Amino acid sequence: MSRARKHPGIWLPAVPAALVAAAVATPLVYLAVRASSDGVAKMASVALDPRTLGLLGRTCLLAGCVTASALVIGLPLAWLVTRTDLPARRVWAVTAALPLVIPSYIGAFTLLAAAGPRGFLQGWLEPLGVQRLPSIYGFSGAWLVLTLLTYPYVLLTVTGAIRGLDPSLEEAARTLGRSRREVAARVILPQLRPAIATGSLLVALYTLRDFGAVSLLQYDSFTRAIYLSYQGSFDRTPAAVLSLVLVFVSLLVVSAEARTRGRAAYHPVHTGAARAPKVGRLRRWRWPVFVACSIVVGLSLILPVGVIAYWAYRLLQGPAAEVIRATTAAGANSLWASAAGALVCVAAALPVARLAARRSSRSSRMFERASFVGYALPGVVVALGLIFLGIRAAPFLYQTRTMLVFAYLVLFLPQAVGPAKAAFLQISPRLDEAARTLGAGAFNRFRKVTLPLAAPGLATGAALVFLTVMKELPATLLLSPAGFSSLATRVWSATTEGLFARAAPAALALVALSAVPLALLARNGGGLGARRGLASPPDRPLA
Amino acid sequence: MMGRLAGLLICFCLLLSACAPRNRTAAGGTSPDAELGPLTVYSGRTEELVGPLIEEFRRSTGIEVRVRYGDTAELAATILEEGKRSPADLFLAQDAGALGALGSHERFEGLPSSLLQMVPSSFRSPQGEWLGVSGRARTVVYNTASLGPGDLPGSILQFADPKWKAKIGWAPTNGSFQAFVTALRLMRGEVEARRWLEAIKDNGARSYPRNLAIVQAVGAGEVQVGLVNHYYLFQARKQDPAITADNHFSSPGDPGALVNVAGVGILGTSKAKTAALRFIEFLLSDDAQRYFTQQTFEYPLVRGVDANPALPPLASLQPPDIDLSDLEDLEGTLELLREVGLV
Repeated sequence: MSRARKHPGIWLPAVPAALVAAAVATPLVYLAVRASSDGVAKMASVALDPRTLGLLGRTCLLAGCVTASALVIGLPLAWLVTRTDLPARRVWAVTAALPLVIPSYIGAFTLLAAAGPRGFLQGWLEPLGVQRLPSIYGFSGAWLVLTLLTYPYVLLTVTGAIRGLDPSLEEAARTLGRSRREVAARVILPQLRPAIATGSLLVALYTLRDFGAVSLLQYDSFTRAIYLSYQGSFDRTPAAVLSLVLVFVSLLVVSAEARTRGRAAYHPVHTGAARAPKVGRLRRWRWPVFVACSIVVGLSLILPVGVIAYWAYRLLQGPAAEVIRATTAAGANSLWASAAGALVCVAAALPVARLAARRSSRSSRMFERASFVGYALPGVVVALGLIFLGIRAAPFLYQTRTMLVFAYLVLFLPQAVGPAKAAFLQISPRLDEAARTLGAGAFNRFRKVTLPLAAPGLATGAALVFLTVMKELPATLLLSPAGFSSLATRVWSATTEGLFARAAPAALALVALSAVPLALLARNGGGLGARRGLASPPDRPLA
Repeated sequence: MMGRLAGLLICFCLLLSACAPRNRTAAGGTSPDAELGPLTVYSGRTEELVGPLIEEFRRSTGIEVRVRYGDTAELAATILEEGKRSPADLFLAQDAGALGALGSHERFEGLPSSLLQMVPSSFRSPQGEWLGVSGRARTVVYNTASLGPGDLPGSILQFADPKWKAKIGWAPTNGSFQAFVTALRLMRGEVEARRWLEAIKDNGARSYPRNLAIVQAVGAGEVQVGLVNHYYLFQARKQDPAITADNHFSSPGDPGALVNVAGVGILGTSKAKTAALRFIEFLLSDDAQRYFTQQTFEYPLVRGVDANPALPPLASLQPPDIDLSDLEDLEGTLELLREVGLV
């Protein structure tokens, strides 16, 4: 039975899906309204101002350099982990991807708390005569932190692609007389190109959206400039205009990423290759490479945890009761916000994903794409849009927790829709039709047949959103009601003032609490895998 | 099973957060004043400095207080953006400039003369829209290990000299600094003010978000001098009595010798004006003024309360001859700082 048959009850998810799509588009619409409220001429003058162009240049420079260095680290690492005899490569495959868990502001905290002017390295080296360490502020610091925390995007996408390579192609090339280098360049690399492109664009998007690292390390890029402009001017129009420029750039990257992801789905994925790929021997390079991998993983994973632990220890050596109390309150707030965000996102994802999975029409694709607007919007931008919206149109929501949760919905709905859609796609419509012939109404069918079967996918979505909301910074910073602080905002504010000991327990709690949903996700196949599940084959009968 | 686990986790989190200690929304007491609340305060002063005072007010009157902390300029801009629907009842500003700015936009309610009389006329708005509650003097804090009092110039303008390269720390986003820049613009004109800012920036001055961080940096030798308010040195000394830093006051009449006030104003759109008045009465009470002298090391403004003996007497400081209410062009200062690239 083809899915093109009209299902009479299909309008049921269509209306809520349309509402959800409209709701998440509202902040962007309102931002545009606010930006143009002083006239189009003003908009143009801000957008074309030399300062804005400088910002654009600096932001793109950072994105480009971080992407390049993430590739330099991620690509060889992916190859080493899948196709060589690197010692303990299965352990590396997991640990090298873990830095994704660490938010960028904790990465910046690590750098400042260790090598900053008031970090412990300065204290240790001063007796040895080192008066001043090289400055880690600005471009160099931001580049270092973002590279070490984003290379896992490249690692994961390329690893997946390498595992799907057909080794017989390489062997055929070898038997035809090509050298190993030629095989790599002409057979392997072209097959990996879509995955490399996807990974690079993910890194670029992450860098564009990032607020925590660039603000703490004082690198003048878009997100930081928007925040400072909002905070430091009576005139709020420039902040709105800058936000629109950033959204435009992000949309370019997102559309490029969507196009390459589409191409990646066409590559043959062999479940169980005819021959196992040949394992490259590293020989005398074994241990140097092992050391290099240890350095990378050590810097991006072990060092942050170590630095946090050190400063927590320093805190406990003095009066810590007030800090611990405030951290606990912030922790409770974070848990509440994450749980609320996860629930709301999954609930909103249900109609959108259901519609997109069951019926591939123009309207369902439009709603799905509209819900994905969150990918292109940095947190700062969504927060500003909602602030303007709250002030002018919805004062009852202004500075409430409801508005904060709504911001999470706008930003992270795609993370719930992806796994939900994959889950719905895997449910055969035959089950639904069988239930209909047995007399069950649409709502009962959904409740008793579809929902239980989709539950694992929905739980994945919930865990993903939970994890991401817990780490979220800029929207929480701007939209928190008076007195509300999350673990993320606590780490950030304490780090801006150089009070590393005060930031340490919040950072520790954040990393520890993130581990729980991460464990759930790892068991369920991983978030990134679930995203690629958008291209999974439809209509697979259940075992 | 996975779904159930996730569902349980979420419910657990919601339950946990419901039981957790909440900060800053403590319910009011049983006194009749409690019904005057809740009072929403936008505070440009940090929680460390005014938090205990607000807590004391809440305890003694039972009025619930909700505080939103932030930069003075940001909160002033927020109040303007929020317009008639602003939830703020009272604005506690770090400097007179922001108060004057809101006053010039006619956002404040006139204060009763009984309160206004408690503060000297030079420390309140001539139109009776706001009043100061504590005084602060601009100083240059310097590292005593590497500099002596004779090494420091008399005028703040002389820090533009290249010999101060990589030695200065400042806080361009801080309200008191912005008020000082407004005074500089008034006294020396726009062109010279811009030139001075650019010169200090070219001297590689290091930006900090807060004044206390500057004093600690000076003590640690990270920078040699810092442009701050006088009382931060004493705050830093509380945490580290051996800090190698001291205050240097600019020459009489110099823009760098500005004496400013932290003050309050009641928003015209407020729905809790009586509670706000009670709060101002509390801030002008002897107890609160003594808190300012002993805990935050600022100058009290109410007659009858003596300043901290560790400070030079207020009368001995010779600030430049400008009216604090003239510092209202905060907007122009922010515009200038933005153009120079400091915010």
